[in-house]
Amino acid sequence: MNDYSISIGGQAGEGINKAGLLIGRLLGLLGYHVYMYYDYPSLIRGGHNYAMLRCADHEIGAVSGKPDIVCALDQETVNRHGEGAILIYDADVAKGEGIGVPATTIIREEGGAPIARNTVLIGAFCRAAGIPPEILGDAIKKEFGSRTDENLRLALRGYHAAEERMQIPVRTNDPLPLLAGNDAIALGLIRGGLDAYVSYPMTPSSSILHTMADLAQGTPLLVLHPENEIAVITMALGLSYAGKRVAVGTSGGGFCLMNEGVSLAGMAEQPVVIVMAMRPGPSTGMPTYSSQGDLSFVLHAGHGEFPRIVIAPGTTEEAYEWSARAMHLAWQFQVPVFVLSDKNLGEHPKSTRVDPEFPMPVASVRSPRGRYARYFNTPDGISPFYPPPLSGNVVKVNSYTHDDDGITTEDPNLAAANAVKLIRKGATIENEMAYYGCLRVDGAEDASTALICFGSTGEACREIGERLSLRVIRMIVLEPFPLAQLSDVLAGVEEMIVVEENATGQLDSLLRGYGIIADRRISNVSGRPFRLDELELKVKGVMQ
Amino acid sequence: MKGAEFISRAQNTWCPGCGNFVIQHTMKDVLAGLGLLPEEVVVVSGIGCHAKIADYMQTNSFYTIHGRGIPVATGIHLGNPDLTVICSAGDGDAYAEGLDHLIFAAKRNVDITVIIHDNRVYGLTTGQYTPTSPPGFSGKSTPDGTHEDPFNPLELMLASGATFIARSYSRDKKGMAEVLKRAIRHKGFSFVEVLQVCASFYDAHLCYDEHIYTPERHDPFDRDSADRLIREWNYAGEGAIPLGVLYERDAPTFGERVLAGKEGEIDRTGIIERALGKR
Repeated sequence: MNDYSISIGGQAGEGINKAGLLIGRLLGLLGYHVYMYYDYPSLIRGGHNYAMLRCADHEIGAVSGKPDIVCALDQETVNRHGEGAILIYDADVAKGEGIGVPATTIIREEGGAPIARNTVLIGAFCRAAGIPPEILGDAIKKEFGSRTDENLRLALRGYHAAEERMQIPVRTNDPLPLLAGNDAIALGLIRGGLDAYVSYPMTPSSSILHTMADLAQGTPLLVLHPENEIAVITMALGLSYAGKRVAVGTSGGGFCLMNEGVSLAGMAEQPVVIVMAMRPGPSTGMPTYSSQGDLSFVLHAGHGEFPRIVIAPGTTEEAYEWSARAMHLAWQFQVPVFVLSDKNLGEHPKSTRVDPEFPMPVASVRSPRGRYARYFNTPDGISPFYPPPLSGNVVKVNSYTHDDDGITTEDPNLAAANAVKLIRKGATIENEMAYYGCLRVDGAEDASTALICFGSTGEACREIGERLSLRVIRMIVLEPFPLAQLSDVLAGVEEMIVVEENATGQLDSLLRGYGIIADRRISNVSGRPFRLDELELKVKGVMQ
Repeated sequence: MKGAEFISRAQNTWCPGCGNFVIQHTMKDVLAGLGLLPEEVVVVSGIGCHAKIADYMQTNSFYTIHGRGIPVATGIHLGNPDLTVICSAGDGDAYAEGLDHLIFAAKRNVDITVIIHDNRVYGLTTGQYTPTSPPGFSGKSTPDGTHEDPFNPLELMLASGATFIARSYSRDKKGMAEVLKRAIRHKGFSFVEVLQVCASFYDAHLCYDEHIYTPERHDPFDRDSADRLIREWNYAGEGAIPLGVLYERDAPTFGERVLAGKEGEIDRTGIIERALGKR
């Protein structure tokens, strides 16, 4: 089984992310599945950034362990990652044992920009890994476009300054697009009918805003960046009221500000999709790292009781498909729908198969008969939804407890009817979700030991499940809780291990609320994803 | 359509003598006079006594939450610029809880009409000071009087880039109708401050009756003159209080700028394929 890991590291501002993507492109052109982890502190210049690429001949979505090859733009990278790997380093700025390439000198001689040092090292990497120069040329052409010649010259100088140390064999598969979860979420929302995206920048959700703004250029898609997250969600609800399909994106701190708007969406039954990208908290926490610490928050966000849907995709493919479905579900049921993501899913590119014409569920449309009442009380709790203007009628929506027409009421019977209608709507949603695969089973499907997880930890769990012959159950829909589907796939499980990236066991607590009591819990609050070698040790450690 | 058809069946619960009645009935008359239909108008409100106007008007309405009417109204306008969006807000709503949104709506020149029902007191929470209460205002949260001075919202709006600034008074229905008509017609952000009597917690009508006046021969497009009139009364002392349209200018609206070139259907497959091609 072919499975290789390559790191490239340096200081912030040295183009490490872009260099990582170029290596990813190379590995994709070699016919591999590619996954890239990108580690960067919250600063613009200096510090230590590194990208860890992994490629394999099977689907992957996690980092494995120590890299086979390390490309170092500085001494820090040599010191941190160099040991035990084939080391390629800029010999002008660092000392090490391996392949020293005078990248700084080469740049000076060729008149290149200092940031292009990474291109020189990537050329050297190709030689060291036995990658043919034609593939290097293809990757550079795709990455640099009109600046291909100068960059290819630099890369080839690096190539000829190095020597072959191993061979990553060429495979015959066509490369898949490299998509980060945030790219996939943006495309999925668009597929699902998005008309407008509203967001205030906050890592790790910002790249959805950037991607969306880029894609929206020259199209009718609207992208807005208002004054704060309170304005984000309320402006979104205004757009939604006026008939636009709208999504917002944020992270924990911004989502705190949105909470009154979430509750408003619940009461007013005004659909909106909320992408909530988790990072470690509390408060500012670690902005550029990852966490699953806001599961409980999202499940309960907003005061009062109202139905919602919470979806946690675990792969970039799911991020695309479920973001599209989230749009459909929000408008079908007129509820806030959450796409719960995190930095590890959102910012890490992976070879991703995307169907641009992914089939959407068909929305059922109910025509108004006679006089329109926005909150007409139907048996399933779903009122006919029409944006104004509606000829001869008015559309009144309300944050107060209201009657069918949307007029404020404090009448005890009408108040109860209002509350019960929302509960009935919740039940309707729960019934509907039975038609979706709300969870996924991997690994050894009949094993008696099961790993249970959600979101971005899923891919690491899947691989460990395959390695250790364990059943791996990953929840995709967390609210409404898919109890029947989960009970089915738990049949025959004798030992349950919950794996999650938070300290208090929020998935574990959720399961307990439904009477599903796990035997052991593995948590990770480092902000970094589970590495396969670490997770394997932890799982073996807790297994009875 | 007759003005009366703009009044909903909701039971009215404003206090007798409340200035909100005059605002509501002026609004209904102006909408009828402009030939608008209830389905073409959206009344957005926040939370407070003023906000009940969303229930009481037989128009489309979005009864929002405290301080957030303006961003909702902005969203509605961008979602369908053909709708006439009127956002009613209280002084607590727009000047305290949601001040940021007011400034940004002015800065962006969003084509909505914002009416501030400024009774200079929190009515629905039974009598606390607001950002425009007079100095030393003694309310339930400040029994010894406030320790801060009011600000002048019109001055703030001028500094924020508002393209239409007016002041009305709830005991001057005729003047208010003229102001409101021009505000709705104005292309861009229209700010209408209404000095409103709160019959229960702050009835300043004697003071207002004495000090209000409508400046003659004022050209609202003359910024220096507008600036002088706006500064004439600072919400603290007993100065003359000018009413009417005090400032106006023409400028491109947020909707015109944001929505330029955004007509037509979205080619979803095309966007997705283009994005995949780059990756």
